[in-house]
Amino acid sequence: MATGHSGGADANAEGLLDRLVGRFEGPNTVGNSRRFWAGFAVAVLALAAYPLAVGSYQASRFSLFLVYAFLGLSLSVVWGYAGILSFGQVVFFGFAGYTFGVVSVNFATPAGITAAFVVAVIGGALVAATLGYFMFYGGVRNVYVTIITLVSTLVLHTFMAQTAGDAWTIGEAALGGFNGMPTIPNLALGVGGAAITFDSMTFYYFVLALLLATYLGLRALVNSDYGRVMVAVREDEDRTRMFGYDVKRVKLAVFTLGGALAGLSGVLYAAWGNYMSPGVFELTFASLPVIWVSVGGRKTLLGAVVATVGIEFFRNSLGGELAFVIVGALLLLSILALPGGIVPYIHESYTQRRGSTATSEPTEASTEVVDP
Amino acid sequence: MVNGLNLLFQFLDSFAFIVLAAAGLAIIFGIMGVINLAHGEFIMVGAYATTLANIRLGLPLPAAMLVGVLVSAVFGLLVERVVISGWLPNLVSQRAVGRDVIEPLYDRLADSMVATWGLSLIMVQGVRLTLGNSLDQIGTPLGNIAYSGFSYSTYRVLLAGVALAVLGITYYVFTRTEYGMRARATIQDEDTARAMGVDTERTYMTTFAFGSALAGLTGALYAPTITMVPGLGSSFLVEAFVAVVVGGPSVVLGTTLAGGLLGSINAVFSNLVGTFFGRIMLLLTAIVMIRFLPEGITGFVERLRERRQEGA
Repeated sequence: MATGHSGGADANAEGLLDRLVGRFEGPNTVGNSRRFWAGFAVAVLALAAYPLAVGSYQASRFSLFLVYAFLGLSLSVVWGYAGILSFGQVVFFGFAGYTFGVVSVNFATPAGITAAFVVAVIGGALVAATLGYFMFYGGVRNVYVTIITLVSTLVLHTFMAQTAGDAWTIGEAALGGFNGMPTIPNLALGVGGAAITFDSMTFYYFVLALLLATYLGLRALVNSDYGRVMVAVREDEDRTRMFGYDVKRVKLAVFTLGGALAGLSGVLYAAWGNYMSPGVFELTFASLPVIWVSVGGRKTLLGAVVATVGIEFFRNSLGGELAFVIVGALLLLSILALPGGIVPYIHESYTQRRGSTATSEPTEASTEVVDP
Repeated sequence: MVNGLNLLFQFLDSFAFIVLAAAGLAIIFGIMGVINLAHGEFIMVGAYATTLANIRLGLPLPAAMLVGVLVSAVFGLLVERVVISGWLPNLVSQRAVGRDVIEPLYDRLADSMVATWGLSLIMVQGVRLTLGNSLDQIGTPLGNIAYSGFSYSTYRVLLAGVALAVLGITYYVFTRTEYGMRARATIQDEDTARAMGVDTERTYMTTFAFGSALAGLTGALYAPTITMVPGLGSSFLVEAFVAVVVGGPSVVLGTTLAGGLLGSINAVFSNLVGTFFGRIMLLLTAIVMIRFLPEGITGFVERLRERRQEGA
């Protein structure tokens, strides 16, 4: 699509901007026009202004939805781009959350909490790498991967639910069984005097900035050569192997990255609510990422973020009773009638309405792979 | 001796639970290639219909159970026509916009999982909204058998017998009836079956209703023994899911073998270490089994048999 942008070699500011933006554009993401980036900038500014307009309580509420967006992105990368439907992203989410809790309760200084943050995210990635190695190098494929990840979630749920009592205390941190783990400290980064401890406002901005960086980073990744290999694995695993790519290694790497992202989400979740419980391993919670990503459009990163924040905002505002009926109906409808997801659908109809004069590209290209 | 009896009872109990929970799911998965994550909620429909028929309508328990089975069979038929095959929405959209809007979920494993999961969310919450957070429970009938200090519920022993009967009937249906022949032809090769005059669409419809009826039967049978809450299906789903995966593609043999294997693992570990550990071992067994036998026990048996035939 807009890959031709970088052709202009003139050294003025516009050319530089184009080249910068060019890294984030490509066939594997929607929104490769100048109009998109303008809208994107407006959306980011609106999100940045949001806490100022609604106050710290609402900001804190909203930051949870942004925290979930990392979990949505993790599944989008794993499922939407590499074709691995994982029902177990909450395994890494929960593992990292609990790890953060245990380490930060035991070392409740800014330096300790920073270490807990790093250890927990790496922990999430390591669990994903282990599980992924077991599956992909063991020849487990397709729906059986989904089943193993689903069952792993259930194992952890059963296991964590019985961790009440003194036997399950690590240092000063009690895992607490069904009652969960309270008094996890707020997120803090830095050492000694140079440390920041995040309150609800600063936490919001920290999460927003991190999300922006993650989104752009992933856009660059999926539009890179490596991203093309990922998509090739999704489209046809055997053919990709015939071309000489190490499919197992690609899947393992993507799965590990997904684990790290889900872990990051889990750490932020634990720090946001100062609490972890086996509820995060429940089937209902485990299915949420699948819902967000299928509704938003699993083959777009933007869809994952928009749907995660949108659905969670909606669910939270509506309250528990009717919310799940509507979320379930949304999921059912999007799978049956809009298998591509809402964001690609809007994007398609938008570009179609703008007429074929602006771009001669077939509109389907935004959701399908177009290999040059 | 007493310990042995205890183990045997526990084995029968989990064998019955696993087989009854899994039978309907296995049939739908084996024949239609649809993983029905709302299977637990179909069981819930059966349990709720039974309880309501017994308590609100005053029907005797066996009649109420029959109502439970019928209600879930009809419900399953409806779900198949509306969601799984998209027949009804497509009929409407053909009239309205002149094209199909829904592609059937047959043999779209991942999509069928996600879509039926949505259905399950709607059903759990829908029941909670319309009927509240719990229902009164029917008492467990038939009393207890006592043996030197241990006592077992007679009803739960009876369930093991019913589980065997369900396996027997399923075997009979799939090997001795015309429907069974058509269904097996559809699994073997859908296109050829259709070319030979099998109405595969109709086979799928019947199969889904049959699977739902079995789910309803499970709900009806367990209604007197479990707490009647809208989320009751999830405890069945896990065991059923694991049994289907461990059992593999062959419906009757797979469910029997998986029920036997998982039932004994559950009984032994529950007895030795505790109930929660029995459950964890069940799940871990499933993970390890998929890793080494991705086609399940029956897939493995099948492969062995093929190899032997080639050698001979």
